[in-house]
Amino acid sequence: MRILRFLLIKEFKQIFRNRAILAIILAMPVIQLIILPLAANYEVKNINLAVIDNNHSDYSRDLITKVTSSGYFRLTGYSQSYRKALHLVEEDKADIILEIPKNFEKELLTENQQQLFITINAVNGTKAGLGGGYISSIIQEYNNQIRVKNIVPDKFNPMPAIEITSSNWYNPNLNYQLYMVPGVLAMLVTLVGGFLSALNIVKEKEGGTIEQINVSPIKKYHFILGKLIPFWILGNVVFGLGLIVSWIFYGIVPLGSILLLYGFVVLYLLAILGFGLLVSTFCETQQQAMLIMFFFIMIFVLMGGLFTSIDSMPEWAKTVSRFNPVSYFIDVMRMVIIKGSTFQDIKPHMLIIICFAIVLNFAAVLNYRKTS
Amino acid sequence: MKQFFTFINKEFLHVLRDRKTLLILFGMPVVQILIFGFALTNEVKNSKIVVVDYAKDVASKEIINKIEASRYFEIDHILSGTNELETAFKTGKIKMAVVFPENFNSNLLHQNKAQIQIIADASDPNQATTLTNYASSIIADYQSQMNQLNLAPYRIQPQIKMLYNPQLKGAPNFVPGVMALILMLICVMMTAISIVKEKEMGTMEILLVSPFKSILVILSKAVPYLILSTINVASILLLSFFVLELPIKGNLFLLFSESILFIITCLTLGIFISVKTDSMQTAMLLSLMGMLLPTLLFSGFMFPVENMPIPLQIFSNIVPAKWYYIIVKRIMIEGLGFAAVWKETLILIGTTIFLLFISLKSFKIRMS
Amino acid sequence: MENKVIICKGLTKRFGDFIAVDNITFEVQKGEIFGFLGANGAGKTTAMRMLCGLSKPTSGEANIAGFDVYKETEKIKKNIGYMSQKFSLYDDLTVLENINFFAGIYGLSDAEIKSNSQSLIESLGMQDLADKRVGSLPLGWKQKLAFSTAIIHKPEIVFLDEPTGGVDPLTRRQFWDLIYEASGNGITIFVTTHYMDEAEYCDRVSIMVDGRVEALESPSNLKKQFNVGSMDEVFYHLAREAKRGE
Repeated sequence: MRILRFLLIKEFKQIFRNRAILAIILAMPVIQLIILPLAANYEVKNINLAVIDNNHSDYSRDLITKVTSSGYFRLTGYSQSYRKALHLVEEDKADIILEIPKNFEKELLTENQQQLFITINAVNGTKAGLGGGYISSIIQEYNNQIRVKNIVPDKFNPMPAIEITSSNWYNPNLNYQLYMVPGVLAMLVTLVGGFLSALNIVKEKEGGTIEQINVSPIKKYHFILGKLIPFWILGNVVFGLGLIVSWIFYGIVPLGSILLLYGFVVLYLLAILGFGLLVSTFCETQQQAMLIMFFFIMIFVLMGGLFTSIDSMPEWAKTVSRFNPVSYFIDVMRMVIIKGSTFQDIKPHMLIIICFAIVLNFAAVLNYRKTS
Repeated sequence: MKQFFTFINKEFLHVLRDRKTLLILFGMPVVQILIFGFALTNEVKNSKIVVVDYAKDVASKEIINKIEASRYFEIDHILSGTNELETAFKTGKIKMAVVFPENFNSNLLHQNKAQIQIIADASDPNQATTLTNYASSIIADYQSQMNQLNLAPYRIQPQIKMLYNPQLKGAPNFVPGVMALILMLICVMMTAISIVKEKEMGTMEILLVSPFKSILVILSKAVPYLILSTINVASILLLSFFVLELPIKGNLFLLFSESILFIITCLTLGIFISVKTDSMQTAMLLSLMGMLLPTLLFSGFMFPVENMPIPLQIFSNIVPAKWYYIIVKRIMIEGLGFAAVWKETLILIGTTIFLLFISLKSFKIRMS
Repeated sequence: MENKVIICKGLTKRFGDFIAVDNITFEVQKGEIFGFLGANGAGKTTAMRMLCGLSKPTSGEANIAGFDVYKETEKIKKNIGYMSQKFSLYDDLTVLENINFFAGIYGLSDAEIKSNSQSLIESLGMQDLADKRVGSLPLGWKQKLAFSTAIIHKPEIVFLDEPTGGVDPLTRRQFWDLIYEASGNGITIFVTTHYMDEAEYCDRVSIMVDGRVEALESPSNLKKQFNVGSMDEVFYHLAREAKRGE
């Protein structure tokens, strides 16, 4: 224990002495947490709409008003022809073209049936899918209104109707940031912990100081612990800062217990730091360590369900994500912060993270060789 | 000229010798293409849901079967009461619940009106909306089958046509983004670090006292990464063609020329960082935090730029990757020609010249 | 056995086909200043790393301070000090912090750390520099400090790998004063060097050529044996036979 104390004093002095790095460690997550959720907004609204109105009737104007007043679409302009509208799409000035045929009103009323042409730029599949869904349901609603207006009520009454009431639990206003902020915070804690620990041992290798440590009687696990604990504390501080930032800037207060969140983060940090140290023991230069860490963290974060749901992934990807500590962390963050999940709810996650922490740190100690 | 090749040869040896780094540099595009192409789909499928069926009658059974049959949903289990819902949502696996009230069928038949309640876990708002929409349309479908609503009067039928990507796959959007990201990573970060490394080790001084023009020393460091990146562009295109089955609609030659232009832009950015910094750690952090994250965020391939607050939208204009992303998207996916991308091309050329100019200037100041 | 602190028999290290250290055998007495000479690439550093427990020998035996280099490397490490070619104290810690750290990891008590570091700083005359970062010191100071730090736990043997490379003659002289002082306190010194005037200061020297020990004697006997006036000439005589370059 005494030896560990000296290692810790040394590590802390080195961390606090390097002001530039310390500032980056603390300021970077805060700034990113403020900017990222603003930028990472998948909420689909403001879809640019170009309209070709060949009908110019009350009906067509009604429809256009209904579409534009829904809040999802922004009218970029009227085009004379499909060709011109398509040009707007090619220039990214329009995402959806709504074409109303010439005899829209007349044929609808006389022939009981009429078509509308909608063209969507589908390069971005999500946006296209949601946009198409929105416009279809608006048209559907419009259609119903027309029916109600034109049909004598009793003729329609015998038809049984299923009334669907939908409710959105935990996030009734469908606030996208409430979803994003916990995930981004999880990513930032992972970044800070992963990079710092990965770069640290390599730095001693490059500076030659590790030789001096290797000829001393320090135990391997002392050395690894000496590296682990400071970053572990720092990671917890960053996490706390992140919670404060999300409260101040986004008004997000965890619905569940903060203590439980910390209980998980404490374990999670052990796992991710262990991973960083393991990478560190494999590398010779900081450049290598950083690149390898970047490679893995990128995979971890992207496959961890930060932006896209793991449920929709193919089987092989689901299997991979089972071995991805970040996916458990992102999950727990959202569960506890948004839904107020309790210890019982996240117990399986916790057990898995404990396994990760044990295996990764054990591997790091094993792979750190004092002798060659 | 011979000297220049001697230098380039030395730089190549540096790059080729570090096997671990090389492996990552070549492996990165492959892994990214696979992840983005297959794992990261925005489409929703196989979402686990629960059903609370108080009715247990014909109609509720039929609707449940219909839901079960769709590829969007997977019924995890059937709950006996709504009081168990809370736990089901909180353990995280369940995304939505469908609740049938008692006497569902008899209400439907006798009072012509029955209710179904859909409860979505809206912690992911987009997913909640999508799932609610899917479930509603399945139920509406059932209803119209029941009523044979097809005969209803005044039908408006929207004909929807999806341009460029009719199956709404993720790849057409991600591949141009991955290209921008990879090129940014290799060109900016690796060039900056490798130059600063020579500064830190003191070997730069040796090169600079050689009779060789000092700016060429710097340029020669960029050449291996130019070639490496060009290989990566080719491998990304091959992968996306053969593995993701994403055809290149536009002119291949134009696409490559634009890619090389963007690579050169990135290399000058790397040189610029290296001229301005002295330590490897600073160079790393600068290129990682200052370059990669903005590329990921502001190029528009992950998140639509038009949804961002105005200051961020304005900021996105100075991110070169944004312009490259637009260029690749237009040529590769939409099949447009040079006429559609000349503005973006000019912006990249301008950025390159500007960066080169100020790096040269500050480099000269340093030397004197 | 009692007063032999390094016993080395047929020690060999191979890297693939390359035999870096080829079957070397020698003994070092307690309190001796043992010079370990050889041209660049002769295998000195590799041999020394094996003796310190940093590198596992391919074959042969070695016993350091009574412990076996195969099985008891951690016990060896308690009883030796090491100072490498590449300067290796922490640049971003101060003089005092470095001393305290290394004293601490060798398990000295707080009282010992306090008194040892105090006397160390005084004997080096670094009172004014104690709170300066090591990175800002001139190389000569750094090396003297590194040596004193390497023996802060009063080891039986201290291994010095080219400790005086790149410093001026005056500083080298001062450095050797420190070595003599340590030797006087009963610490065995095992030192590699390129400076032949330093070889003259040693009690005995060995000269390595191509991984083998070609000569092992006191400097005066070596000069007699080769019938030359200086260690420079002895070294030149042996080293020109070397087949492998740098």
